[in-house]
Amino acid sequence: MSTVIRVENVSKVYQLGKVGTGTLASDIQRTIAKLSGKEDPLLRIGEKYSEDGIHIALRDVSFSVTQGQVLGIIGKNGAGKSTLLKIVSRVTAPTTGKIKMKGRLASLLEVGTGFHPELSGRENIFLNGAILGMTKKEVARKFDEIVEFSGVAKFIDTPVKRYSSGMYVRLAFAVAAHLEPEILIVDEVLAVGDADFQRKCLGKMKDVSSQGRTVLFVSHNMEAVKNLCQEVVLLEKGQVAEIGNPTAVINSYFKRNTLYSSKVIFEEAKAPGNENVKLRKVELQIHDGETLDINHGFDLYFEFELKNDYPEFNFSLNLFSITGEHIFNTVSTVVSAKKGNIKGSCTVPSNLMNSGNYTISIMAVSQRSITLFYFQNVMNFEIFDNRENEKWFGNISGAVRPKLDWKIF
Amino acid sequence: MMQGETQQDEWTQVIEPTEGIFNFNLRELWRYRDLILLFVRRDFIAVYKQTILGPLWHFLQPLFTTAVYTIFISIVKVPTDEIPRILFILTGVVIWNYFSSCLVKTSNTFIGNASIFGKVYFPRLVIPIAVVISNLMSFCIQCLLIIPFLFFYRENIHPNFYILFIPFLILILAMMGLGLGVLVSSLTIKYRDLNYLIGFSVQLAMYATPVIYPLSLIPGRFKSIAMLNPLSPVVEIFRYALLGKGTFSMETILYSAGTALLILITGVLMFRRVENSFMDTV
Repeated sequence: MSTVIRVENVSKVYQLGKVGTGTLASDIQRTIAKLSGKEDPLLRIGEKYSEDGIHIALRDVSFSVTQGQVLGIIGKNGAGKSTLLKIVSRVTAPTTGKIKMKGRLASLLEVGTGFHPELSGRENIFLNGAILGMTKKEVARKFDEIVEFSGVAKFIDTPVKRYSSGMYVRLAFAVAAHLEPEILIVDEVLAVGDADFQRKCLGKMKDVSSQGRTVLFVSHNMEAVKNLCQEVVLLEKGQVAEIGNPTAVINSYFKRNTLYSSKVIFEEAKAPGNENVKLRKVELQIHDGETLDINHGFDLYFEFELKNDYPEFNFSLNLFSITGEHIFNTVSTVVSAKKGNIKGSCTVPSNLMNSGNYTISIMAVSQRSITLFYFQNVMNFEIFDNRENEKWFGNISGAVRPKLDWKIF
Repeated sequence: MMQGETQQDEWTQVIEPTEGIFNFNLRELWRYRDLILLFVRRDFIAVYKQTILGPLWHFLQPLFTTAVYTIFISIVKVPTDEIPRILFILTGVVIWNYFSSCLVKTSNTFIGNASIFGKVYFPRLVIPIAVVISNLMSFCIQCLLIIPFLFFYRENIHPNFYILFIPFLILILAMMGLGLGVLVSSLTIKYRDLNYLIGFSVQLAMYATPVIYPLSLIPGRFKSIAMLNPLSPVVEIFRYALLGKGTFSMETILYSAGTALLILITGVLMFRRVENSFMDTV
């Protein structure tokens, strides 16, 4: 197997804030000083160019891809995935390093790039094809196929501004799908579009790789990555953290990012609360496992300091999604509490929560009705997805995702 | 190591931080010739879609401009070397239009196309080159407009073999328009002000060029200064070829051609320097 892409020590540095000094005059001043080897006159005395105004999006990234491989690229937002793709597709240049490639490269991200609303579907197919790197001859050869695939044959001579948005996307995708690049880039397509569109994209990816061509697949959807890729690169803060077999790298990604046995302990002086009650500790413990995913339940432990005796005392726990949706409210049993520390825990069973990011808030209540204090957003955590033997990689929606008893007769 | 070297020969593409300063990469541009033609087509077709008069605008726009300037110079009584005023102005406007529209439309290459450039790679020069070609087409159409006027005033004018020079004049204007345009578009990435300045500057440049007055109007000692404008000889020869009146010499046109080449090379080199990383700035 030969190597089709080799990324060698690629780094990308962005200047933050203002580009240049903002005015032509001081830019000229600076350039003259630089050329004559003097100090920059616009820097204060003793000041030097600092690294503060610089963002290193990629740092010494190296890897290679062999022909016919589907390589997954994963990482948190801001890890450098998109920057890497931009450099590979030549939209922007690396600051240092080299990328060597064999063959043509195309991206499913560029669906509809350069479509002109005033031109007809036919004219746009040719224009878009050429923008994506096809010659006129190639487009002409595939023209009928493209039209048929798009399903807009009837309107092929109508300006695309008269198309419905669905027709527009279908036509655009049809052009991209009939490119025959040696290297295909797929970025987060599974996050957009309807189910039908996602299925088409995945189908296209499988076709491409089965024909011995190479795919770079960037996604947050670990299920899709696990199922489609032969190798995965994990990026972290612009660096390659791990390369290897999908299951191993994905597990490691979860482990690195999960708030496993995450613990928040407050010192007496800094503890949130008021003269009635103070929060001293919150802890999340995952049941027999290291990664917090939908198949694992977890316990939420907390410890409070009570300043008085409360004959009727209870907790009320609210769980919100990070976007603010109220998922549930659960209330503890009522106890008689003495002044001093009081501990409690709440168990969230496995196969109840949906995957996603959550935050919890706890309320301390007296006499079943009086709020002693409401501790908001005391802890954030993420629950990962974990599916086996599934053919559907899209999101499963809903506030919760309970595993219920089914009987089929 | 040996294996690494042999394999390197097969790489079809190497992406590096800065590709040398003198890298015009004409071969790659040639590979994208289909795209250039499609952009020309797009520019040409799409401009007048959904207008009632459609392609007629190619004629109407220079006609209106000519009318305005003709009235103006009739009022202030600018001598036109005994050439009918309307013909004098029309020839000036048509050739000036080619230069100014090349310059103005190529000068926002980066900013106007940032959304495409941000998604897909093709040689960025494709866009300004397409603009220059589609302007050439409207120039040719506008030249057709001159013909009936030439016929109508055939008594007063003397077309001559200098007509064969016209393609060369157009080449000079195209090089200057493209060169300045891409230079400005490279600079607008950093200094947006230029974008606003350009329309104004082109207007000023027109008054510094013998478009609505003949070069012969300028008194002796200022004439040499006026001749420093590399656009002047081009306009004068164009008029001389069609109408038989104009002030120029062979040296001046060589000077124009030399300046145009210099501007083009400077512009393209500057363009090449910024095209790889402009997406980080825009």
